[in-house]
Amino acid sequence: MGHRPVTSKGCGHASPAEINANFADLHEPFSGLQAKAEASRCLYCYDAPCIQACPTSIDIPGFIHEITTGNNSGAAKTILSQNIMGGTCARACPTEVLCEQACVLNASDEQPVEIGLLQRHAVDHLMAKNEAHPFKRAESSGKTIAVVGAGPSGLSCAHRAAMLGHDVVVYEAKPKSGGLNEYGLAAYKMVDDFARREVDFLLGIGGIEIRHEQRLGDTLTLDTLKADHDAVFLGIGLGQTNGLRIEGEDMGGVLDAVDFIEALRQSNDKSKLCVGEDVIVIGAGNTAIDAAVQSKRLGADNVTLVYRRGEAQMSATEFEVDLARTNGVNIRLWSAPVEITGRGAVEAMKFEKMTLDGDKLVGTGKHYELPADMVLKAIGQKMDTGPVNGFTIDGNKLTIGDNFETSVAGVFAGGDCIKSGEDLTVQAVEDGKQAAHAIDTYLGGEG
Amino acid sequence: MADLKCTIAGIETINPFWLASAPPTDKYINVVRAFEAGWGGVVWKTLAVDPPVINTSSRYGAHKDGNQGILGINNIELISDRPLETNLEEIRRVRKEWPDRVIIGSMMAVIEEDVWKDLAKKIAASGVHGMELNFGCPHGMCERGMGSAIGQVPEMVEQVTRWVKEAIDIPVFVKLTPNITNILWSAEAAQRGGADAVSLINTINSIITVDLDKMAPTPTVDGKGTHGGYCGSAVKPIALNMVAEISRNPETKDLPISAIGGIETWRDAAEFLALGADALQVCTAAMLYGHRIVDDMKTGLSDWMDAQGYTSIDAFKGMAVPNVVDWNELNMNFDTKAFIDPESCIECGRCHIACEDTAHQAIVFDVAEDGKRSFTVDNDECVGCNLCQIVCPVPDCIEMRDVPTDKPYMTWPEHPLNPIKAAT
Repeated sequence: MGHRPVTSKGCGHASPAEINANFADLHEPFSGLQAKAEASRCLYCYDAPCIQACPTSIDIPGFIHEITTGNNSGAAKTILSQNIMGGTCARACPTEVLCEQACVLNASDEQPVEIGLLQRHAVDHLMAKNEAHPFKRAESSGKTIAVVGAGPSGLSCAHRAAMLGHDVVVYEAKPKSGGLNEYGLAAYKMVDDFARREVDFLLGIGGIEIRHEQRLGDTLTLDTLKADHDAVFLGIGLGQTNGLRIEGEDMGGVLDAVDFIEALRQSNDKSKLCVGEDVIVIGAGNTAIDAAVQSKRLGADNVTLVYRRGEAQMSATEFEVDLARTNGVNIRLWSAPVEITGRGAVEAMKFEKMTLDGDKLVGTGKHYELPADMVLKAIGQKMDTGPVNGFTIDGNKLTIGDNFETSVAGVFAGGDCIKSGEDLTVQAVEDGKQAAHAIDTYLGGEG
Repeated sequence: MADLKCTIAGIETINPFWLASAPPTDKYINVVRAFEAGWGGVVWKTLAVDPPVINTSSRYGAHKDGNQGILGINNIELISDRPLETNLEEIRRVRKEWPDRVIIGSMMAVIEEDVWKDLAKKIAASGVHGMELNFGCPHGMCERGMGSAIGQVPEMVEQVTRWVKEAIDIPVFVKLTPNITNILWSAEAAQRGGADAVSLINTINSIITVDLDKMAPTPTVDGKGTHGGYCGSAVKPIALNMVAEISRNPETKDLPISAIGGIETWRDAAEFLALGADALQVCTAAMLYGHRIVDDMKTGLSDWMDAQGYTSIDAFKGMAVPNVVDWNELNMNFDTKAFIDPESCIECGRCHIACEDTAHQAIVFDVAEDGKRSFTVDNDECVGCNLCQIVCPVPDCIEMRDVPTDKPYMTWPEHPLNPIKAAT
């Protein structure tokens, strides 16, 4: 399957003007006045709950206070010292379940401080200044580290390792750096070329070389990496998707949602992208929502998100589910896929109504059918275990110790391929950062 | 609706809210707009003998909080820069058109008897209800021997007041400068000179900000700046104290006071009246928000008076004065402790860190197993300083509770630990 989904109904459902409006920033950035006004709402809590809710422990009241004094560069440095991808996290983090959920203003029936938008304001300010990189490298350790994967965890690890004085070579399977920041986040959350600019900014630390189209298990072997470097970090993410395992899954118009989103993110002209008229999205996570909302915004007539359980079990956040609904996505619950039908290309999809028998999900025997000319599968991703054959793996995740070291000595891991927290960009950044410190210790540094 | 009508120095006014002598009372149009908005009176912008002064371009600077809120402004504008007769003609016109509103003339001159007397007579002839002597302007005019150059020397205050009293038979208000060591010296001097009232405070000497690009004070005039007169909300506490000092001083307690200094709301107004002011003057608030702000001052004050059962301003005027005492008269046996209401606490921790870092380590911070944060006062450590209550963002969450005691009222001079008392 190529990157351009091809459907039976053709392409270009929305005009270029509609596309521009539909894929503009979901949350418009703050103006200077808005940022100051919003920052002034922060109570500057002590030992603030928002800090504890942030996987990277950004000093949120500290950076917001810096915004109130007009010290936007200082605010950005406060953020980036904990999270070098603070720009992406400001855009993509589900703040409604992280920092903003912890904001004490919630307790007084007020809206929480818009931490994400304030963070973006500060980081964008610093990046736009295009000044010298704000962090300095320690004295050279003479050690080199191989990082596999130029996604959030790999780049975060590379940046922190470079800061600690190590030289880093990042091996990336794809032609571009950034991982899901570049290929996977919804287009209206990561507008323009921010993912690329953030990578360029991060590389400003120096001492990091990225080699593209180097895939572990293909052009790269672990033995070579171990031989050529003093330590290895695996930030390989989740390279594979789960299948529906039903009849008709191989028909034209049935796509992985991540491929659909990737094509969208890589397109230079979204008005020429192809989307069905009747799109069905299978899944209940944020990827499913991203695929459904973007289908609608590309001009699909009907987008139906189907999930076999109820709304309470959806892993997408409440904000994301609301976003889908306000974008006109139909959500059908308690429906399990049975079959995809069509003549070569998908024409319809059959579902069975489901119910709970105690805790067990069971079919009711009642079936229905929805017309579809495009089906997007978003029922989870998994790690491709081929390249890590021989590692201890538990529940499709690499097993690590407290110091992020895998079962193979000298090989560390972080991000979606380990079990640390939620599969979120911000968690991956934290993993990479912590792993870099662990690697530094492993290499005889102070961590 | 409580009646806001009141009298100061024999002058009746429909409400205590006058615009102070300043840019808002510079000319006919501003004053008429003020009267249309409901102000009870104005003190006209200060007049002097011709030729008129020339003002600079770039005149005001601001002291702001982090959210563009204006705490105070300062200005380097001088007195009226229009010919005397132009001003007097306009005063006559407004007097005729607005017979129920008060207009007070304002004047300054160098310290020469004839100059003061002639000018006072000319202005009085325009029909003003009273005359305010501007002894306060702290910038520009003082370099010419006027304004605060006179106000800072009690003997000159007394002398000039006497000259003007001899020249005219309308009430004379002496406007006092706060740029002195003891406000009572100039207030008493004004009283000795025969003043019918004092107006205070005039603006405070200040450099409001430094422009870090130009490396010069603001307002910046072609790369240079000078100290200006500070006013607005931030100066209110200084004005309250000076008004209270005059109100509780036996020599001046009956001297009518036209209070000025950061009055922005009805509550500010009530506070000055409670400290003995007879009427009020406002400038900065009108400059920042327009004449319309008098609406809240009137309705707010009136509603508050209704709620308190005060039918007139006289009913509560000066009521707080007996409670303004020297520190030596405070009760050393009084004890108050903070109480944090766990129900309304939003767990921000501001009280804890303020107390822990800078006060008495009296607020205990605990985190329960479920992550709930709690902040509790340790009564043994709490000295009742109020800091936690001040920093708490939730209204009424922290209450200062008086600790019942059977100990007598005991001042420091009476206290057994006072070494001076012990020596006697």
